[in-house]
This record gives sequence, structure tokens and C-alpha cells, in this order.
Amino acid sequence: MDEEKDLAQRKKEAAERAKQLARERLAAKQAAEQAKQAAETGDARSDDLNPSSDVSDGPANEAPGGAAQPPSAEDIASAKKRVAEEVRAKAAELRRQREAAESGAEDDLELAKKKAAAAAKARAAALAKQKAAEAAGSDDELAKQKAKAAAAAKARAAALAKQQGDAADDEAKQKAIAAAKAKAAAAARAKAAAAGEDGGAAKPSASSPNDPLLQKYVRIIEEHLGPDVLEDAYINRLAKDVPTLVVPKEAYYKVAEFLKYNEQLRFDYLSELHGTDFQTHMEVYVHLYSYPNRQPVALKVKIERDNPEVDSLVPLWPGANWPECEAYDLLGIRFRGHPNLIRIFLGEHWVGHPLRKDYEPYDAEV
Amino acid sequence: MDVKWEGFSGVEMEEVKRNVFLTTLEQLKGWARSSSLWPLTFGLACCAIEMMAVGGAHYDLDRFGSFFRASPRQADVMIVSGTVTKKMAPLLRRLYDQMPEPKWVIAMGSCATAGGPYVKSYSVVKGVDQIVPVDVYIPGCPPNPAALIYGIHKLKEKIRLEAKTGKKVL
Amino acid sequence: MMLRTEEMILNVGPQHPSTHGVFRLILKIDGEIIQEATPVIGYLHRGTEKIAEGLQYTQIIPYTDRMDYLSAMTNNYVLCHAVETMMGIEVPERAEYLRVLAMELGRIASHLVWWGTYLLDLGATSPFLYAFREREMIINLLNELSGARLTFNYMRIGGVKWDAPDGWIDKVKQFVPYMREKLHGYHELVTGNEIFRQRVTGVGRYTKEEAISYSLSGVNLRSTGVKWDLRKDEPYSIYDRFDFDVPVRDGGDCLARYECRMAEIEQSLRIIEQACEQFPPEGPIMGKVPRIIKAPPGETFVRIEAPRGEIGCYIASDGKKEPYRLKFRRPSFYNLQILPKLLKGQNLANVIAILGSIDIVLGEVDG
Repeated sequence: MDEEKDLAQRKKEAAERAKQLARERLAAKQAAEQAKQAAETGDARSDDLNPSSDVSDGPANEAPGGAAQPPSAEDIASAKKRVAEEVRAKAAELRRQREAAESGAEDDLELAKKKAAAAAKARAAALAKQKAAEAAGSDDELAKQKAKAAAAAKARAAALAKQQGDAADDEAKQKAIAAAKAKAAAAARAKAAAAGEDGGAAKPSASSPNDPLLQKYVRIIEEHLGPDVLEDAYINRLAKDVPTLVVPKEAYYKVAEFLKYNEQLRFDYLSELHGTDFQTHMEVYVHLYSYPNRQPVALKVKIERDNPEVDSLVPLWPGANWPECEAYDLLGIRFRGHPNLIRIFLGEHWVGHPLRKDYEPYDAEV
Repeated sequence: MDVKWEGFSGVEMEEVKRNVFLTTLEQLKGWARSSSLWPLTFGLACCAIEMMAVGGAHYDLDRFGSFFRASPRQADVMIVSGTVTKKMAPLLRRLYDQMPEPKWVIAMGSCATAGGPYVKSYSVVKGVDQIVPVDVYIPGCPPNPAALIYGIHKLKEKIRLEAKTGKKVL
Repeated sequence: MMLRTEEMILNVGPQHPSTHGVFRLILKIDGEIIQEATPVIGYLHRGTEKIAEGLQYTQIIPYTDRMDYLSAMTNNYVLCHAVETMMGIEVPERAEYLRVLAMELGRIASHLVWWGTYLLDLGATSPFLYAFREREMIINLLNELSGARLTFNYMRIGGVKWDAPDGWIDKVKQFVPYMREKLHGYHELVTGNEIFRQRVTGVGRYTKEEAISYSLSGVNLRSTGVKWDLRKDEPYSIYDRFDFDVPVRDGGDCLARYECRMAEIEQSLRIIEQACEQFPPEGPIMGKVPRIIKAPPGETFVRIEAPRGEIGCYIASDGKKEPYRLKFRRPSFYNLQILPKLLKGQNLANVIAILGSIDIVLGEVDG
């Protein structure tokens, strides 16, 4: 319970900070994510409140549409409409959002859809409540500010919703929390980790000294490789503000190659490469450094868990050789194009991949 | 066994008593073996550093007649100093088999004794006594060099006792 | 007339006195010349990362000791630093000074072990005895501080476990000039020795570009002329308060690595000296830390400068007491990758000289 409160508290703070930075493009992006995350956590809670919620077809994208039939008044609808329009205007961000949401919802699409619908409702309700609560404050702001502000406001609304839920119907909330917890126990735990990770990184969105760096990377990459190669880009505040790029599997090698050879980027040093099993998916994390520019960047790629395969980086950085073998050995991630992919630690006859979360030792008694 | 004591003068008798002592051959062998135990440098992990420290100037194992041999063919005692993994276990056994009889094994540190902090690991053998017979266990993670010296002395005691009584000390 | 020669497979290790642990090297040789070298590792793979997933953050600290057991203090630090970075914990000043003192003493001890064993590998026996004599003094100092000789388990998240005992700082102060004098002796004994210089000059040479592309770090990188030390370039702890140099050589060969390490001992002594001067006479040694340490959801990656290079710690947390995933970037593991390339075409006698100069610890290579 404390955790939940903590989370709410943190989110509120984060939302407030997000408000301050609404004008910055990046902050807006982060806040959009945050809104999504807030909604996602909020949805788990409000799931129980709206058990009969309809299934809408797209989690985040169709959120406003899916929330068109909440039990409240018209101002909600109008607010929502506005939000919807604004949101639609930001197609690129939305796509990213949706992709993120989808990747999160891979394992349990139905649940996710239900949740998304519920999330939308929660958000809408929150918006309404918020409007009622601080009429002058956020209403005007909402009206005034542009597309970017919408995301921030949404985040705040979500936080507010939680807060008000606290005050208004305590028992319902508790029930919801219990339900959410029960659900989280099984599948959502991993997802929470994944989502929490994205969100956690994006959460405290006070300006970071590395903001310009990230913007530079994103700009250069999108100029040369098109907007599709980046799933996400944010500052990982927990890791000393390292700019983090999330790329789809297909573009992984292309982006890595670009990061190494582009004249303005020149990431010539691979500092770290490893994989992680997030239960819903696998992830390869690469930390790069540029000695000419003295700048770091983290590159992440999500791959499916059942058939984890991704391009090898050895042709670019020979230093990726053994770390990739290690990831193959301990997690079973295969690297296409690796010159000599062996089970470097355990040997070829070992059964299973120990760092997978469902690993069962073959000879536990020895 | 009878010794003929006739024909010695008093002074000679004193000399003989001082310089000749009688024992069994087994005990003599036990004495010789225990006084020059040559360990095989079987450094595996952290404990190996403490084993090196024993060989260094401060603890100086050489003064006890033990100094490290790099080849199992020349060694009497194998000090298993460190974590034995499942990948390493067959090689450990092979090295043990390569050592000439008589041979002894000291399990140095918690890992070699019973898996130590890595007892729950998927790749660690839970005690080297699953692979080779161990004579002396030294606890500690890692044991102090003085503890290793103590363990070596314990092994010497054991060798002499076995020679004296003819019974195997378990 | 050309003699017909045949290729031969020579197996070195995994139990070999010069491999510094359980490291196996399969050499394909043609006469004395190495055609191909294949390192085989994993004989000490203990699954630390898997074990850590079931432990609380404080409980993982002892496992870091056993990873790079020659410089356990830096390993302690990297884990604590990662968790502190995630949680935003402030470490009190006195604790930071104690940490720096412990880490730098550990760095000297680690380099001393390297120095002794490297020369032992090359055939000189006495440096080993000298090195361990001085190392024993450092170990005694750290023993007084932490209660352990090798696996200290000294640092905690938010500070250190024990305060310095009475008179400890004075002992450290006295140690610095003593060590300087001995270091001078080392240089006279070995560094200036013509036989030694002939043996290592030009052996195992690689360029700056190779070093960077093979992800080498620490001395292995600095010996090629890259001036890069995380203590200076990404200052952590309180390293920005000290005045010290980053030793750099251009040779990229065994001699350059040797000289870099020896110069680093000197710089560490300088840091220790300044830290003793600035050491706050009193103050807390633990920061404000919650009773149960829970890192916020998210992930972090921090890296610091260990004696062997850049040690990093990645934590993915889901907000629980235990990390969801813990990963160490272990410098020896990355540094060793270049070995097959270095050995190719070399003389068989140079294998040990090159392997020794990379300075690996197998506990760290295998994780």
C-alpha cells in the first residue's frame, strides 16, 4: 500500500514538473509517455471499477474514442474531443506510444485492450474531475496550450485521478488495488518492470544537461535514416542522464552502424553489451561511448522471447564478440552474423539458459 | 629386535644413545612425508591469492618444508583453493589422478568445502569432496594464511598419526 | 633449404601457474610460431548475476568482493554507487573519504600483485617476495578498517560499514612515504633492468584504434595514448577534489603497460596523501538511507575506474528489494578479447609475457 502511495506521490510530483516544461518538445514527448504510463498503472486500478468496459481496438491511439461512453457529463466529452484532436495531430508521437503500448501488451492482448479501455475511461473521468476541481488552473491552461501541453495535462490528470480516488471512494480503490495486485502477480509483474522502466526513466522530466545531446542524436538519426528507425528516445535519469535510444529489431544494426560511422556521432567505443529477460520480451542493452566527442549513448532493442534473434555488432565493434557469446550462453539470444557464437562459459552441453527467469537447473543436486 | 650393547665404553654409550633412535619404518616414512609436503598450486579463485600470500615473504611456507610445485607429478598434496565449478570438476579429478601416491587433499575455504556463498549457484560444485577425497577442511572465505598453515600442520599430524597407529584417520 | 614443419596443438591450462587462475589457451603452433590461439574461459563461472537476482542489494555486496578479488573495494563501490545513483542517496563526506582511501589502497595492492606475478612469469622470483611484503602492509591497513584481508565487504549503500579506527589515518600517512621509497627500489630493481626491458619492449603491441574497437579499458587503453580515466573524465565520488595525473604511454606494448601501472601506483599515493590531509576529523559515515533499500523502477548503468579498467554495473529494477537484473561490466572479460589477435604470429615464449601484461583476474572474466 505504501508503495502505491509512493508511486502516486511520485507521479504527482513528476506531473507537476512535467507541466513546467510543457513547451519543450522533448519534455512533451516524455510526458506523453508518462501519461501513458500513468494511465497504464491507473488502469489496473480502475479495471475493477469498470468491469464491463468495452473493448476498443487500439490501446493508446483510440483511447479518446474508446472513452466516449463514460457515465459523466458533456464537458468531459468536449475536453476529450479536444484532447483527441490534439493527440491526433501528434501522429508521430502517438505511433511511438502505441508501439510501446503494444510491445508491453504482447503477451496478453485482450487484457491489455480491456485495460486500455479502462485507462481511457479513467483518464477521461480524471480530466473531468480535474476540471471540476481546479477550474481556473488547468482548464485555461489546457485551452491555451498547444498539442504538447495536452500530454502533460493528461499526466497530471491521471495523477489527480488517483489522488481523488483516494479521497472519494477509498474502499473501491482498495478493492481495485487488490485486484490490480492479484493481476500483477502473474503476468503484469514483468510488464510493470518493463513499463516502469520506460516510465521510470522518463518520469522525472526536469531538464537534464544531456537534453541537447539527445535532441542532437535524434535529429541526426532521423535526418539520415528516416523517422521509423527510432521507437523511443529519452534521457535515462537513473543512469546519470544517459541519452537512450530504443530501436526496432530491424533497424538495430543500421542504427548501430550509423552511430559508429557518422561524422557527427562517431561512437567508436562499445562499453557494454548484455541481454535481459523481461519475461514478456528480451532486451539487448548496448552502452556506447564516443572518444572523439566524449559523449555516451545507450542503445536498446527489444526482441521476442520465444525466438530471440538479433543482428550481431561484431562487424562494427570487435569488442562485442565475447559479450554476445555471453548473452547467447546465459540467455539464449542468437546473434546473426556473429563469427563464432559459442557457449562461452558453460560449454556446449549445458542444458538451458540460466539467466532466463524460468530456468530450472538440470543437475541441481551436484 | 635385539641390539648388542657390549663393547662400548661409557662415553661411546652416551654418544650412541644420543644419536641413534629406533622407530618403525612406517613412522619413519610418515615423518619424512609429513616434513616435506609439496603442494600443487591449484589456485582457483580468491583463496588462491591467500595461498600466494602464504608463499610470500610474510608467512613464508618454505620454512615448514612445503613449497609449491606447478606439476601434479611432483606434488604430494593438492590444496583446492577456491570455487570448483562443474566445468572445472573433471579437470580437477584428472589432476588428482595424475598425482603420485601417497597423496592428500586440503579443501581451502568455504567454496571448496561445501560450495560456500555459491552453494545456490547453478554452475558450482557443492564441495570438492564430491570429486576427490578430502583430508583437511579449512573454513573461511577466504581463510587467513595462518589458517592455511594451521591446516597444513593438521595434515602433518594426521600423516604421522596414521603412520604410528596404522589406522586411517577419517 | 626449407624444413617441413607440422602444426601442433599445445594446450595451456586451465591449471597452469602462469595463467593467473583457471584459464585455458589452445595454441596451434608451427614450430615456435603461434598460428592461432583460442582462449577457453568459464572455468570459474559462478553465476553471480543469477544469485544476485534473489538477494537484497546489501546482500549482494559480498559477492562483488569475490568477483575481482584483487581489488574488492572498487567492486563494492560500483554496486553501491549504482544503487545510490538510482535512489539519489547522498553519501556523507567522511564516508566518501574512507571509500577513496580504501579504493586507492586497494588499487596499489592490486598493482603490486600484478607486478610481482608478472615478473614471476617472466622468470624473476624476488620481485614477488617484495611485492607481497608491501602488499601485506596494505592488507593490514584494510584489515584494520574492515575486518577482512581480501573480501572486505566494507561499503554499504549510503556509506561505509565501519569508521576508521583511532590512529588509522596516521598509519596511512606513514605508509605513503614508505611505499614511495619501496617504489623507487622497484624501479631500480626492475624497471631499469636491461634484461627486463629487452624482454618486454615491442612485445604484444597494438594500436590506439585497435584498443578502442576491442573495448579495452584502463591501463590497456591508456598504454596506447588514449588519455582516459573515469576518475578524471567522469568524476564520481570525490575524485574531483584531488590533484593527480593520468599516466599515459604511447607504445602500446608490454613495457608501456608496465610503466603505466607503475606510474599509477605513484598517482594513487598522491591521492591517498591528499585524502589524508583533507580527511574530515568527524562526521557520520552513513547517509540517510531507508531501512529497506528499494531501488525505484527503471534501470541504471554506471561505470567507474577499477585497477583493471572500466567496471560497470547495470541494474534493472522493478521497485522491489531485489534487483530484477544485475549485470557487471567486468573489465578483464573485455580486455582479454584481444588476446587471440595479439598472440597470432608471436613466439611461444611471448605468450605468458603478453597474457600477464593484460592483467586479468579470472574471477572477473568468468563472472
